[in-house]
Amino acid sequence: MMDLIDDQAAPVVPSDPVLEVRDLRVWYGTERGPVRAVDGVSFDLHEGEILGVVGESGCGKSTLGRGLIGLLPDGSSRDGTLRFRGTDMLALRPKEQHAMRGRDLGMIFQEPLTRLNPLMRISEHFAETLKTHDRSISKAEIERRSLEALRVMGIPPTRYHAYPHEFSGGMRQRLMIALTLVLRPAFVVADEPTTALDVLVEAQIIRILHDLRTNYRTALLLITHNLGIVAEACDRVAVMYAGEIVEIGAAREVFSHPQHPYTRELLRSTISLSTTGLNYIDGAPPDLVEPPSGCHFHPRCPDAMKICAARHPVSRMHAGGSLASCWAADVRAGILATVPAAELEPLPREEIGVADEA
Amino acid sequence: MPTKPDQGARTPAARAENVLDVNDLAVHFQLQGGALSRLLGLKSRSVKAVDGVTLTLRRGEVLGLVGESGSGKTTLGRALLGLVPATGGSITYHGRERGDRLVSQMRGAELRRLRTDLQMVFQDPHAALNPSMTMEVAIGHPLVIHGIASGAELRQRVEEALERVGLSPVERFLGKYPSDLSGGQKQRAVIARAIILQPEVLVADEPVSMLDMSVRAKILQLMLDLKRDLGLTYVYITHDLATAKYFCDRIAIMYLGRVVEIGATDEIFAHPRHPYTKALLKAIPEPDPDKQVPRDLPRGEIPDAAEPPLGCAFHPRCPEAVAGCGWESRDLRALLEEHWTRKVEAYDDELELIGDLDGLSTPSTTAKLGSGGAGAVRALLDRIRTESPDEPLWRGVTGIDPAGNGVEVHFRPADAPALRRAGSVDVACVLYPEVPGAGS
Repeated sequence: MMDLIDDQAAPVVPSDPVLEVRDLRVWYGTERGPVRAVDGVSFDLHEGEILGVVGESGCGKSTLGRGLIGLLPDGSSRDGTLRFRGTDMLALRPKEQHAMRGRDLGMIFQEPLTRLNPLMRISEHFAETLKTHDRSISKAEIERRSLEALRVMGIPPTRYHAYPHEFSGGMRQRLMIALTLVLRPAFVVADEPTTALDVLVEAQIIRILHDLRTNYRTALLLITHNLGIVAEACDRVAVMYAGEIVEIGAAREVFSHPQHPYTRELLRSTISLSTTGLNYIDGAPPDLVEPPSGCHFHPRCPDAMKICAARHPVSRMHAGGSLASCWAADVRAGILATVPAAELEPLPREEIGVADEA
Repeated sequence: MPTKPDQGARTPAARAENVLDVNDLAVHFQLQGGALSRLLGLKSRSVKAVDGVTLTLRRGEVLGLVGESGSGKTTLGRALLGLVPATGGSITYHGRERGDRLVSQMRGAELRRLRTDLQMVFQDPHAALNPSMTMEVAIGHPLVIHGIASGAELRQRVEEALERVGLSPVERFLGKYPSDLSGGQKQRAVIARAIILQPEVLVADEPVSMLDMSVRAKILQLMLDLKRDLGLTYVYITHDLATAKYFCDRIAIMYLGRVVEIGATDEIFAHPRHPYTKALLKAIPEPDPDKQVPRDLPRGEIPDAAEPPLGCAFHPRCPEAVAGCGWESRDLRALLEEHWTRKVEAYDDELELIGDLDGLSTPSTTAKLGSGGAGAVRALLDRIRTESPDEPLWRGVTGIDPAGNGVEVHFRPADAPALRRAGSVDVACVLYPEVPGAGS
């Protein structure tokens, strides 16, 4: 069996954050104007911590992940504050940023086969990765570190000289993880790492990612559309909508007491083994060139009030420690005593037809 | 909120009526060997995509075909419509109008006529629609192909179909191209095209897995509504047990071309019997923060269907495997590799002792290995056994004999288990039916 890894996850010890993100914005330039794919995102990530990022397609999850590493296409721009172990990443020259990728910042992609060179043996992939960051590394050291990374991923040493096509889908994803971790980056982004895999293999990979905290003390940003994966594997969860984090908090708290209506509806629309009725969120995420006024979710929100269409909500801490940006949550918490009652009346909802569905 | 279709509304007579009868169905694909092997007349290998499947589809039910990729669920679904030829066994369609017909023997025009009764909804709506056809042309196409309607009637039926799948106001959608539509809207169009011929049976192959989660529930709800309004019967192919649980009346769990467990959905989820079914249920990530990352999951992945494991195809991964599951040479190879994964430092020396591993790659109940002396190889195997004494492979070993410079390991031969009655479901596993007193 594959019980190579100690079952007990080490408790997360509070320390200086590996990653400090403040008001980060990632915009793309288009002919119609800037796409605000990530618009004012703030959070901290500590050593050995797993933060899940969830939301529908087109809410900026992947852009956030790539923005944190600096892997953005031409025509995009980052602004705000992004500190990795205290270093201001956005102030670094491109060459310095490039040197940090791989060594300090790692990325695990969705489709491993497209990220591996079909003409190179696994051993050559490892050698290339290690040599890029340390030219003087010896052959013996390359082999020692590679085999160790493979061991943690449960890949036998007999496969060290095999080619990528000789591996199954799950094995390839393990290889990708091993190739990322052989450099021991302190921060890793995993973008939908299990979407293309079967459920049993998915569970194996999730377990491996979950155990990275004990094996490598990695801080992990896990982007997924699968709320079940977040519930099982993540310490904290950030819910993204229209380029913003609308709610962030401990996974247990966010799942049991969602503060933002979007979080609640997302949970309700997930079909799980305990589903007894079908629920869904009407409409689709908005166009990020011209997002709706006020709270971006108000046109789809069942709890929307008049204030929601007029003013953007403020991120506030709620009971249980979650941060949420929602006027309705503020009202429930009794924070909005000074707002006129007329502004808290329900917003008349416009009909959302199939014509607008995702 | 509506839940499952009302089962009480069906009369006992209707419940007993079958739409499709599948009997011992086999779909084997020949693998093209290399030029040399063809020249030498070597027997070409074949992939048994579907092997020995017997099941019935009852009128008005939703039958789920559930399994991982490579389990044969899609091939079985396609074979039901005659989209892939059956290489063995039979499929009988009991049509409402034209009586019993053997799908498995149909060819050409006859097969094409069958499309008016049996239709398919594909997984990827982006690929299932012709990018150069407007919705009006694409959805009306089946009526044109079968010469059923034209002119004003054609347009009227297209509008009706669009209305039925919720693509309204229809004027907004008639002239649209697939690229103008969102994923959910495209899948609605694919469904409209499938129902426009008023078929009896829809085979839906992962109809929601490519869609965003916020629309999945909507499309499933649409399919339930259509089933109720049009009296459809569904075969729902999926890898997602959660939607299958909600959507299906009965479920067939498939693994490597065979049905390993089949029965009523409620019973399968309440009392899963086959170890594979149990593993699938345990592995589903649930949005429940009290559930931990599952630990005791099957190792490895679905094996190569061209050379499936001997005995029960699931045995190499099975957490409940016993002596009679069909252990063989390749399992021994996997065991050695696992051992070396744990003990990388011993790999070089021990590989020298074991020699070439290729001898263990051919499926056989006799495994010959070792080149460093019978005694030393035997001692190594014993050491590995002491390391993990609970490894089920050892239960299937009937003897280890010295042979030349190495040893011969003999395994107990076994056949693939057949589907047998266990409670109210059928299970293909040596552990079932449970023999009283033989347990633990």
